[in-house]
Amino acid sequence: MSQIIDRRAAGKNKSADNRRRFLRRFRTQIRKAVSDAVSDRNIDDLDRGEKISIPARDLTEPVFQHGPGGIRRQVHPGNKEFSTGDRIPRPKGGGQGNGGSGASDQGEGLDDFVFELTREEFLNFFFDDLALPDMVKKQLTALPDTKKARAGFSRDGSPANLHVVRSFRSAIGRRLAMGAAPRRELMALEEALSQLEEKGETETLEALALRAEIETLKKRIQAIPFIDTFDLRYTNQIDKPEPTSQAVMFCLMDVSGSMDEVRKDIAKRFFMLLHLFLTRNYERIEVVFIRHHTVAKEVDEDDFFHSRETGGTVVSSALAMLANIMDERYPTTAWNIYVAQASDGDNFVDDTPRCGKLLTKRILPRVQYFAYVEINALSPQSLWREYTRIAAGADNFALRRIDGEAEIFPVFRDLFRRQPA
Amino acid sequence: MSDKWLSSGSDWTFELLEKYDQAIGALARDFGLDTYPNQIEVISSEQMIDAYSSVGMPVGYHHWSFGKAFMSTQKNYQRGNMGLAYEIVINSNPCIAYLMEENTMTMQALVIAHACYGHNSFFKGNYLFRTWTDAEAILDYLVFARGYVAQCEERYGEERVELLLDSCHALMNLGVDRYKRPAPLSMVKEEQRLREREEYLQLQINDLWRTLPPSPDVASNRKKSERFPEEPQENLLYFFEKHAPRLEPWEREIVRIVRKIAQYFYPQRQTQIMNEGWATFWHYTLLQTLYEQGRVNDGFMFEFLQSHTNVIYQPPFDHPAYSGINPYALGFAMYRDIQRICTEPDDEDRHWFPDLVDSDWRESLDFAMRNFKDESFIAQYLSPRLIREFHLFAIEDDDQEPELKVTAIHNDEGYLKVRRTLADQHNLGNREPNIQVYSVDRYGDRSLTLRHYQSNRMPLGETTSEMLKHVVRLWGYDVRLESVDPKGNIVESQVCKANPDIRH
Repeated sequence: MSQIIDRRAAGKNKSADNRRRFLRRFRTQIRKAVSDAVSDRNIDDLDRGEKISIPARDLTEPVFQHGPGGIRRQVHPGNKEFSTGDRIPRPKGGGQGNGGSGASDQGEGLDDFVFELTREEFLNFFFDDLALPDMVKKQLTALPDTKKARAGFSRDGSPANLHVVRSFRSAIGRRLAMGAAPRRELMALEEALSQLEEKGETETLEALALRAEIETLKKRIQAIPFIDTFDLRYTNQIDKPEPTSQAVMFCLMDVSGSMDEVRKDIAKRFFMLLHLFLTRNYERIEVVFIRHHTVAKEVDEDDFFHSRETGGTVVSSALAMLANIMDERYPTTAWNIYVAQASDGDNFVDDTPRCGKLLTKRILPRVQYFAYVEINALSPQSLWREYTRIAAGADNFALRRIDGEAEIFPVFRDLFRRQPA
Repeated sequence: MSDKWLSSGSDWTFELLEKYDQAIGALARDFGLDTYPNQIEVISSEQMIDAYSSVGMPVGYHHWSFGKAFMSTQKNYQRGNMGLAYEIVINSNPCIAYLMEENTMTMQALVIAHACYGHNSFFKGNYLFRTWTDAEAILDYLVFARGYVAQCEERYGEERVELLLDSCHALMNLGVDRYKRPAPLSMVKEEQRLREREEYLQLQINDLWRTLPPSPDVASNRKKSERFPEEPQENLLYFFEKHAPRLEPWEREIVRIVRKIAQYFYPQRQTQIMNEGWATFWHYTLLQTLYEQGRVNDGFMFEFLQSHTNVIYQPPFDHPAYSGINPYALGFAMYRDIQRICTEPDDEDRHWFPDLVDSDWRESLDFAMRNFKDESFIAQYLSPRLIREFHLFAIEDDDQEPELKVTAIHNDEGYLKVRRTLADQHNLGNREPNIQVYSVDRYGDRSLTLRHYQSNRMPLGETTSEMLKHVVRLWGYDVRLESVDPKGNIVESQVCKANPDIRH
């Protein structure tokens, strides 16, 4: 009469489509939450999911309801001291008075709606802001590839990996080993028999016994299995992560008074994206932060983004420091070097030629890529002109002027074109 | 271990499930429970969350609100804020019950007794389910609905379908026929009829909304004051499906789908206490009988009783966990009480329930299960003894009075009043605003007038303006909502204008 079915193996993700619809429907709110989350994150910390919270009132599904007011009659359990005709002051908040009508039954109506975005979903929202083309998004979102590499042979594996030659070789070895003793015995017996036959004693009892024994031995040797599960060998394969080299990423930023929070935020996204790109291609990445106004200083990330100083701007101070750190800690033989520089374009005019010299002589020959962004600059100044001149002669130097987040990506286009990942 | 025990550990296996199901099923038949065949499906907790978020429909069309439900359930479950229900049971033939793999053997046995024999026999026996739902056809219909919605999304775009579904869902509670029996569902028929229907319907609508001036003799026959609809219509979705001027055929079909599903769930909303009480009564009775026969051991019973008592706990009104009457508690207590009145009546029972006293309790319970809904069940069977046990008291909250008034408690004068009030409280018609289609300005601006028939001066809540937007989306022209007091005076009125650019 009853039928019992095991459904556990059946499709799990029945709600995946509904979830996708939910994310699409509330993309505006979610994008804002993602954007806030990005601002709070470290730049090497982009690559994970996030707990997102959006106001619950944005996603209510309304129905016609009674509002407060009118006459309500309700029965409640647990009477202790009331008798008929008693009058009770109205409880605050109207909880009792409205109890039973839809409104208060919904309980947690006012809290924010909190849920987890997966890593992919989070990155997709992040990329939406940056206007990344799909192909690049895919490259960035994909998990690091592993490559199958051969690693000797093993005794177990899938039939597809069966190594025929090896298996036969060990079968032969086993047959030899197992047959050695009986064969030696056989040879001895045959020797004895042929001696008897030479004497002409072919039909004696002794000879007959010998023949019978030879027969059993031959059968024993024949009974040794041609191939046995014991002989099987499989090619052994292990997963080897694809990116194997290491890289260092220098973040240079002008922190003089003219770089305000908005500009810093754009700069941060620019750094984040570069970092993410590098994580896809290199196994190990170090990040060095250098900030500068008139003098440069190596700092940690927090200081980098959050301290504000005033004063003039001497870009060469940062470039000189960059060159020195490369000399000391990151020899090009062991490191791929990337530099990202963000600034509002201000520089002390006499300093610009020095920057040019530092770049062409000491920096560009050693770096994989140097990206410069000028954020919300008023009009091109001496630094921009100098850099433009240098870019014309170097293929690992890219520069852009950007007014908003969506313009960050074009800087990377060159990068991706040069380096098919 | 005794030979008679069905099992002794807490782990379940498929063989044990079968053994328990057979034992419980045989007992249920002895007690006279009439059920659909059972289809018991073992699922994982993730699948349970899936089933949850689609309101228990085993196949459903896609919509963001189900995604939202899924995500909030998943979050609460992962954080440990809530356990999952032990079971979900679907009113279909065969009756599908989901068992979660994490449950212990005891819990699985409880669920089998509760869902596969309790709920199942209720679905098959209760008059509301027999009248309003079609257990044979619901699965087919849901498959049809899912396919149809997906097809519309492909043709007209996800967003358009989604907005339409939003509006339909908002009006779902006003999409049921309360008194008229619906035609039985059939997937094949639905599909066959679809194409002819779409064309035909559009013709009908066009005729109703003919913009050419009618020929003079027709016009003279038609009185200007002729009302449309002739009678107020309580089923808003049905009215829109048939008469909304600007819906396209596929949109009408989607309105119809939501309406059919609303109709299918309507009896469940009216029989919470009866249905849960019935299932709880039977899991208790069946497992208790197994124990009395020595077929389950003490450990089994301890675990069972612990979760059983949790389920039927009724916190008092001043308890922090209080959120109204617990339908499991009240329902269970009422069925037990009926059983008691039949078998061990006292003088009070002889006075209040002369028909029940000394009758066969199985027959009396069966009669009660078949022929009532929550409202009438309470009005018929709530005994003074239970009112005393629950310490029930009635409160009147009148916004024109400064204080609340206790109108009745558990004493001789109060019994009837408490019972009447509690019954009214479970009348869906009282809980939800009564809103009906009142009239359509057919020869003017095509605006629609809805009427909210107020009871006890209760006004509409703050969602109303949002809701009117949904009504406008379906109707396509201006919508007016009037609140009317029992004397027929309009006490409040709101208008929601249609945005002429919103469509097409």
